[in-house]
Amino acid sequence: MTINVGLTHFLIISAILFSLGIYGIITRKNAVMVLMGIELILNSANINFVAFARYGNFGFSGQVIALFVIILAAAEAAIALAIVLNIYKTFSNVNVDEIDKLKE
Amino acid sequence: MTYFDVIFYLFALITIISAVIVVTTKNIVYSAYSLLLTLFGISGIYVLLGADFLAVVQIMIYVGGILILLLFGVMLTNKITSVDIRTGTVHLLPAAIGVGLLLGVLWAVMIWTNWKTQPAEIPITTIKNLGNLLITDYILIFELLGVLLLVALIGAASIARKEEEKID
Repeated sequence: MTINVGLTHFLIISAILFSLGIYGIITRKNAVMVLMGIELILNSANINFVAFARYGNFGFSGQVIALFVIILAAAEAAIALAIVLNIYKTFSNVNVDEIDKLKE
Repeated sequence: MTYFDVIFYLFALITIISAVIVVTTKNIVYSAYSLLLTLFGISGIYVLLGADFLAVVQIMIYVGGILILLLFGVMLTNKITSVDIRTGTVHLLPAAIGVGLLLGVLWAVMIWTNWKTQPAEIPITTIKNLGNLLITDYILIFELLGVLLLVALIGAASIARKEEEKID
């Protein structure tokens, strides 16, 4: 690994972000924080797509897929927050370790 | 060290440090605002990779849309006036060990794999090429994603709205 920036550097950034996202998902109780961890993981995957598209000479397909991932993340965030709001209305908290029933 | 390298390390530092703050700070609002910095840093990395349109989309959708949604989620699910908005943590040590191992394995794979790189020349703008790909090779996914967004919109609205009072 050299100091001059190449493909490896971008991949390592993405690996660190992925690990941090996993860590956030495992350790946090609040459902909204779990969502933030998922966003970190999706972003790390996106960096990988764009980095390989740039350094592997795959044309623009990697960027298009990254675009699709961003769109999916938006849809996922909207649905997940609607569910979280409903859980809050039912249980008065959003701690994922305390919610173990599907009904009141 | 060229300017490219210096700017890369700057953006990488911003991204990683703010991501660490996102997953470690107790206050959930601090987490949300650190996530803003992380997303900006990732947008800068996209620019360094020659994906200018993607960087703009990242700022518009993530920072302008998803982050605002998350902040709404934070504000609507915490009793800000009565209880402080702190979030509990569980399994700190096992998670740190497991994630450390995972990061080590990923790091080793990234470094020791002999990636065949063949850098493409960066075009002036990527928008035209992206648009062409979207309506030729990826037209089916493009249309399906449009339907998916509509479904997500209707679904989110119908899940989150208040129950209608039944009138007999």
